Amino acid sequence: MNNAFSILIVDDESQIRKLLEITLEANGYKLLFAVNAKDGITMAASHQPDLILLDLGLPDEDGQFVLKKLRDWYQNPIIILSVKNTEEEIVKALDSGANDFLTKPFRTQELLARIRTALRNNFSQTKDTIVTFGPITVDFVSRVIKVNDEILKLTATEYNLLTLLLKNDGRVLTHQYILKEIWGNTYAEQTQYLRVFVAQLRKKIETDPNRPKHILTESGIGYRFNSS
Amino acid sequence: MLVENKSNQYLISFFSVATISLLGLVFRNVVDYEIIGYLLLFLVSILAIFLEIKPVLLAALLSALALDFLFIKPYYTLHIDNAQDALLLLLFFIITLINAVLTHKIKRMQKAIHIKETRANTMKLYNTLLDSLSHELRTPIATIIGSIDTLQQENVNLSKESKANLFNEIEKASIKLNYQVENLLNMSRLESGYIQPKLDWCDSKELIYNVCTRLTDELQHHKLIIIAEDSLPLFKLDYGLMEQILYNLIYNASQYTPKGAKIQIEVRYDVDTDFDSHMNLIKQCIITVTDDGYGFPEEEIDKAFDKFYRLQNSKTGGTGLGLSIVKGFVEAQHGTIKLSNTENGGAVFEMIFEVDCLATNTVENE
Repeated sequence: MNNAFSILIVDDESQIRKLLEITLEANGYKLLFAVNAKDGITMAASHQPDLILLDLGLPDEDGQFVLKKLRDWYQNPIIILSVKNTEEEIVKALDSGANDFLTKPFRTQELLARIRTALRNNFSQTKDTIVTFGPITVDFVSRVIKVNDEILKLTATEYNLLTLLLKNDGRVLTHQYILKEIWGNTYAEQTQYLRVFVAQLRKKIETDPNRPKHILTESGIGYRFNSS
Repeated sequence: MLVENKSNQYLISFFSVATISLLGLVFRNVVDYEIIGYLLLFLVSILAIFLEIKPVLLAALLSALALDFLFIKPYYTLHIDNAQDALLLLLFFIITLINAVLTHKIKRMQKAIHIKETRANTMKLYNTLLDSLSHELRTPIATIIGSIDTLQQENVNLSKESKANLFNEIEKASIKLNYQVENLLNMSRLESGYIQPKLDWCDSKELIYNVCTRLTDELQHHKLIIIAEDSLPLFKLDYGLMEQILYNLIYNASQYTPKGAKIQIEVRYDVDTDFDSHMNLIKQCIITVTDDGYGFPEEEIDKAFDKFYRLQNSKTGGTGLGLSIVKGFVEAQHGTIKLSNTENGGAVFEMIFEVDCLATNTVENE
């Protein structure tokens, strides 16, 4: 494929590189490899890949540092791969501009889904004015939401929250990010609002609010919307 | 019942000798001074059992002086008239000293034995750990290596179904391996004191459903009941630690109860009676995980949370880390956990957290 997306993999573990090579090439991606931070930054600059898979535990530099450095000029999606599954590390990476994260061990189906989502969100030209997921249709122009053709009433905050989640379909949003976007900067630590409104919104849009299919919890980190 | 504080020990020595001496003084005209001597000797022997060597020596010296000064004629002098009394006093002093020193030695020996026993126990614990670890880690590794060998064999024609089965086994073994490694990492996090809970508002109902959804496969043959009202307030807990706690408890329940058993998870909170218009109130969040399986043998309940502890006749294996991690994580959030058996014989884990809580209706809905 000539128009295949190119992915730069920055990881010092040869086993992981091998696994990613086989999996991603089989799925039609063009791959580039770097084994340390220095090479990673150089290759990102020279090849301008469509997406970067970045390991946080690199031998020469802290992955967080590499991420910040890349984000000075690199616009395409960066997905973090990490064994450090501490929430702080992940939240820090997301706040520094990472699009998504996966902790090792990860399932390859999950990785492929995340890559597809990140690429679609970045490269899709069409901005839909009407979005459908499950039995729900959202019309961004008329601000009307329907469940099975019946109008669903949402409060202003619920609507803003749903819109924010929908516009970031498939992407994890941190608690702080959502709070700042919906309620404003001074609310960044007021997670109680988020808990209450997410529960309310789930009751209105999920078939089983206790086992949500669309508004998913990323424990200790934030929420992810899943439209499929 | 050892007295820890040093200066307290000296005070105890001094006052007990003084008390006996004062009592003796009252009856000085009625009883022989030898009786007082025996009483003091008795006292020093008792003190030797409970106190350290120096306060006991002080008591010995004090009682010899008191005996001479108050009870051997002439009174109120250290002078002694006849040789017999002098010899008796000397003997009294020597016997008290020997008594004190011997008791001290016995105590030291006991301590040494105790240390030795502790070491032996640690060794035993270490062996148990190796035992369970080698079992719990090597079984999945053996499964993975074995399955891959079979899949790679060129001269054998495996049916599509057999291949699928082997891949399935590899997957299950890897997941199990990952769970055990996770537990070991959590244990070392606990041991190093690295755990600092990040308390934040938690929707306990969502938390429980979230964990149960992750355990769907393990719970497919069980009857799951979740009791959590919509009106529950938010509790200030560490979401990640709570997730791990509930995961281990529910996973355990699914592994150690027979098929079809009932597993019930319930969240309650204690209503605060002296409500003071504050938004944040300290209340009790009570979470119970109950099953109607076999329960725990009464004599083993106390040990259930011990590290590397496994039920005496456990067939299902396990590293014995799951419950000790649960306890560690509960206590890291200043909570308590109690295990007991229900009337019907199942097990019930009750956790109580004294936490800030926030009624959801106080969060403005607009």
